[in-house]
Amino acid sequence: MEFGPYLMLAALEGAVTAAVLALMAAGLSLVFGVMRVVNVAHGEFYMLGAVLAFVVAGMAGGGALGFVAALVAVPLIVGALAVAADVTVLKRVGYDPERTIVATIGILYILQQVTLMGYGPDARPVAAPFNQRIALPWVEWGAGGPSLYWPWGLSITSYKLFVIGAAVVVLALLWILMTRTRIGLVMRATQLDRETAQAFGIPVERVYALVFGLGAGLAALAGVLIVPIQQAHYLMGGDALLLSFIVVIIGGLGSLPGTLIAALLIGLSDGILSVFFSPTLAKIVATLLVALVLVFRPQGLMGKPAR
Amino acid sequence: MSALLSTRALSKSFAGLRAVHEVDFDLEPGEIRALIGPNGAGKTTFVSMLIGRVAPTSGTIHFEGRDITRLPAHARVRLGMAYTFQITSVFARLDVAENVALAARRRLGGDRAAVARETAAVLERVGLAGHGDALAGDLSYGHQRLVELAMGLAQAPRLLILDEPTQGLAEGEIAAFRRLIRDVAAEATVLLIEHNMGVVMALADRITVLDFGEVLAEGSPAEIHGSAAVQAAYLGTGADA
Amino acid sequence: MNARILALHGGLLALLLALHFVLPVYHHGNLARVMVLACYAIGYNLLFGYTGLLSLGHAMFFAAGMYGMGMPLYHLGLGAELAFLAGIAAAGGLALVVGLLALRTVGVAFMIVTLMFSQAFYLAILLAARWTRGDEGLVLAGADRVLFGLDLTDPDIRYLLALGLFALCLSAALWLVRRPFGRVLVAIRENPERAELLGYDIFRHKLAAVVLSGMFSGAAGAAYGLMFGYVGASFAEVHFSIFPLLWVLLGGAGTVIGPFFGVLFMFYLIDISSGLTPAYMLVAGVALVLLTLFAPQGLVGEVRRRWLRWLP
Repeated sequence: MEFGPYLMLAALEGAVTAAVLALMAAGLSLVFGVMRVVNVAHGEFYMLGAVLAFVVAGMAGGGALGFVAALVAVPLIVGALAVAADVTVLKRVGYDPERTIVATIGILYILQQVTLMGYGPDARPVAAPFNQRIALPWVEWGAGGPSLYWPWGLSITSYKLFVIGAAVVVLALLWILMTRTRIGLVMRATQLDRETAQAFGIPVERVYALVFGLGAGLAALAGVLIVPIQQAHYLMGGDALLLSFIVVIIGGLGSLPGTLIAALLIGLSDGILSVFFSPTLAKIVATLLVALVLVFRPQGLMGKPAR
Repeated sequence: MSALLSTRALSKSFAGLRAVHEVDFDLEPGEIRALIGPNGAGKTTFVSMLIGRVAPTSGTIHFEGRDITRLPAHARVRLGMAYTFQITSVFARLDVAENVALAARRRLGGDRAAVARETAAVLERVGLAGHGDALAGDLSYGHQRLVELAMGLAQAPRLLILDEPTQGLAEGEIAAFRRLIRDVAAEATVLLIEHNMGVVMALADRITVLDFGEVLAEGSPAEIHGSAAVQAAYLGTGADA
Repeated sequence: MNARILALHGGLLALLLALHFVLPVYHHGNLARVMVLACYAIGYNLLFGYTGLLSLGHAMFFAAGMYGMGMPLYHLGLGAELAFLAGIAAAGGLALVVGLLALRTVGVAFMIVTLMFSQAFYLAILLAARWTRGDEGLVLAGADRVLFGLDLTDPDIRYLLALGLFALCLSAALWLVRRPFGRVLVAIRENPERAELLGYDIFRHKLAAVVLSGMFSGAAGAAYGLMFGYVGASFAEVHFSIFPLLWVLLGGAGTVIGPFFGVLFMFYLIDISSGLTPAYMLVAGVALVLLTLFAPQGLVGEVRRRWLRWLP
């Protein structure tokens, strides 16, 4: 394959990564934005999404129906689980930022290890509901001007396009929820000033539980969407968490639009960079970059300086 | 010029809002100076710049002839300035003696006996002699204010900045406090931010009045008391007198 | 007061020495490991318990000590004594660089920055597989593991050296926290703004704490590698940054003796549960959640709060 089509393929793969990452990072960012806590167990909600997708799809008899069942039920189950974790643990440490991190590290191990006990150490796939291969054209400048041709190997599956589309739709809905609805208004008010919100009769603790559940649900949704592409495994949360951290930090902690742009940036560059570099080196560079952004530009690359 | 501390055109703006504007201020060695003014006049911002908690937008600060405008707070303290907080800021989970010892130890170093002596002496002086083993956070509010003051004294500063030290104290405590400051003034220059006009009139050698971030008037207690401008801006309200 | 403190800490060391003669082989070996890991926990506690800085990346210092010792020993044939010092120096140097950068942040950002640096360090070990042998790690030959003529493959010598190192770390920590320097660290933990206005340079004190903490951790890493003959990337993984946090929380943050009991307790908890299930890290997770919820003071911290207020 020539370089141009090769790059386009990498960009398309990157867009799929970006879509899943954006969903997950939006959840993390939402939790940080409203509750001011970092949820280290976020990657495990993603992992649970993938693992439960396997379980639910199996119970629903597999196939397209199984997948749809998982898509609907799994984010709700994981969201409910997160709400339970919020009420039993986070609420009781008073959402203290440092103790919350320690507690969510504990939750991380609990979720991961319970999954290992129940689901086992194997990676398992879920069949995509549809998976047609769509060949893509490329432009060639020949003697007679530009002409289209279909290079061998330049293609994407319909399922991957669906993932991109689904992420766009869900994120748009999230945006509408946050900016156009009463619940969104309440969340934003809580984010701005917890005490005042409480004084105005906003049930802050219920809002927190809801936000934590919503954040986990988004991660789980990302997990469900990825299983047909990448198998479900009990350790898959770690890398996903790292990537979402990177996205959220570069996008500016708690800023949804910043998170989306950063997800696109990281997803695309991940796809394209791994063509040129070893994945380990790419990860090292990305990790150090994030640390340095936090040190020198804590408001994120796209955020405005505080005050 | 022999001023202990002086500022020239010292200004601070927060997001375009002028908190302190071009203040020229000179403090003579050995005096007790009171800084008064209505709420929001910029008093705390001004002294926060003196001690280095807040960076000025423009202007300079000199201490004993040395330009300290860019020095970090801890370096200013090392030069002989001490600051007690308006909102009590003690080490709540450490005992009272350790609070004071921390203040003394910087000066006296690892000499445990000297630190213990100084700590005991200072606690005695502020009237907390029996409270050395109590956790600072368990003390009453008035006693915590005294710990705050004891930490200032234990540093043996040349300039002691007291930010509203009598706020929230009972009448009897205020009287004791007045005697204590009189006593301290023999060793250190005192800059006192104070709302209680009784305390100010009884203690201050000179008074500086800040209003809207600028120096409105400066003079002896009698002059300030007689100034029509100050009456209008501040005393006239009568709220704190 | 001094006598009590000496008796308690000296008593623990004497007890550990006595146990050398009576413990069955299995527990004898375990306790040697526990003592070395306790040095790591003591180093972590200096930063977390005393200075109030929660790092999520201490594995990089442990691993820097381990690889800083192991690589010159393995590749250059450096003697074990110098290699051990090289390990400590490597950890201290890394801690200095990390401290200079990470200490520009506080709170949650500090936690994440240290986590990220540590992750980068772990990946760098994998990337440099040519020298580190990546995931496989370096197995140190028995002939190289001789420290001042003492053969580290002998379990008895191993135990006694582990005890020696632990005694050294414990006394150093005890000395440090009772010195003015240690008191300032506590002041910074309790109220950094007040400490600054008492004339203490907060940044330099924190930096010194990071470097010292890194060197303790590095010494533990180097010793662990030497004693058990293996230098591996798994010691640089995130788990190994979470462990010292767990040990110190469990034993009692800000107590000199607590980290040892934290390691001891957790070591046996995991040892027992890994015999029952491969998901033994579940124990760590449950312990973390329960500690955060119900016993933020830890074992020794609780003892101090209730009965022995003089405990350093």
